[in-house]
Amino acid sequence: MMNLSGPAIAVRDLRVVRGGAEVLHGLTFEVPRGQVTGLLGPSGCGKTTLMRAVVGVQIVSGGEVSVLGEPAGSAGLRRRIGYSTQSPAVYRDLTVLENLRYFAAVLGAPKDDPERVLAEVGLAGAAGRLASTLSGGQLGRAGLAAALLGRPELLVLDEPTVGLDPVLRQELWTLFHRLAEGGTTILVSSHVMDEAARCERLIVLRQGEILADDTPDALRARTRTTDLEEAFLRLIEERAAA
Amino acid sequence: MSLAITLATARRIMTQLRHDRRTVALMVLVPTLVMILLYYVMDDERAFGHWAPILLCVFPFLVMFLITSIATLRERTSGTLERLMAMPLGRLDLLLGYGLAFGLAACAQVALALAVSLTWLGMDLPGPLWPLVLVALLNALLGTALGLLCSAFARTEFQAVQFMPIVMIPQILLGGILVPRGQMATLLEWISDVLPMSYAIEAMAHAVADADPGGEFWRDVVVVAGSAVLALLLGAATLRRRTS
Repeated sequence: MMNLSGPAIAVRDLRVVRGGAEVLHGLTFEVPRGQVTGLLGPSGCGKTTLMRAVVGVQIVSGGEVSVLGEPAGSAGLRRRIGYSTQSPAVYRDLTVLENLRYFAAVLGAPKDDPERVLAEVGLAGAAGRLASTLSGGQLGRAGLAAALLGRPELLVLDEPTVGLDPVLRQELWTLFHRLAEGGTTILVSSHVMDEAARCERLIVLRQGEILADDTPDALRARTRTTDLEEAFLRLIEERAAA
Repeated sequence: MSLAITLATARRIMTQLRHDRRTVALMVLVPTLVMILLYYVMDDERAFGHWAPILLCVFPFLVMFLITSIATLRERTSGTLERLMAMPLGRLDLLLGYGLAFGLAACAQVALALAVSLTWLGMDLPGPLWPLVLVALLNALLGTALGLLCSAFARTEFQAVQFMPIVMIPQILLGGILVPRGQMATLLEWISDVLPMSYAIEAMAHAVADADPGGEFWRDVVVVAGSAVLALLLGAATLRRRTS
């Protein structure tokens, strides 16, 4: 494997146009390996578009995105990235286990991988249920489980904790940190500020531009506040004043 | 392309069908029920002998077209297509998986319609059975391929369903069913010449009437198969790894 020491994701001057309007205005940043990096910002700020560009399913109009040492979207990356979308991309007319078995077969993942990932997201009890009968939170975890199949080196997770109760959210964040300790890089988006504190690094996005790219502590220090919600507001004021 | 992924995809689609028994029942039973209805409406062996092969041609095509266009549209709108496109799945793996799974469903459909026609409804076959089955299956595959292609041009299931009459009715009107193709105005005959259903209907007529289907039958079969392959390749081109 090449570039083991380099960043997991390197983005330079990324521009994306959707529906005739530019939604990402020349983003440049890096995501270090083996950490949980949070992508933070209000709904509609371009988080999903940015994640799609990293996964390689977004048409970009300019710039470079390099993932695990290869250009984003390369065929060789398709086994190395796990991606879960905001609206869970699973077949509603299959059971949870049938969904995971199919995705595992496409990835060439081990036979017992579906059971393993179901246990990891706490969904083992619903394995035999049709996806259409699951609650929103369960459906989201089914989508997350699919992203964990085959132990990918990079996980790109779009709002994986929406609609979950605090206990489950806590469990998932514990899982993310455990995976990161094992060397997995995680890029996770959220619009909830209290989740930001659990990330080792934060990229704050607003209206297609990066407001901040730092550790949570450094962000608090820079904005002279203890609260990340407050820090976010200060960052916006700072940008408006500049 | 990977055989393992193609087969896994076909198995997944068949599992989806298994969970939707009503659709399977409709798919398999409706052509046979229409056959029976036709027999009693015609109440005439010769007229039935003329119409039965046409139905055997039209039905596999129609049903597969509808089911495939809706199923692939669902893949596109539910996000599962995007997930698959981010995975090591070849575009042909997906298309052939659909072709295989729905092809098997078409087999069941044609088998039942044929069995009932040949026994209960007294349809006569002077020659062997396989030419008829071959044409019916090719037609199912053509329907699957065109359904895939058309689903790329539909945003909603309402739109997808509207493609059915657009694709179907001109092919039936110009396919030589109502008026022999040779009696049409020149322009219409030209159009008829480029529509695959014209060849499918002709091939089916040969398969039913000839004791030993010869050169013309094979030419028609090759045209229908070629059209299916062409539609499949065009369909593959509409599956994009990257979208806006």
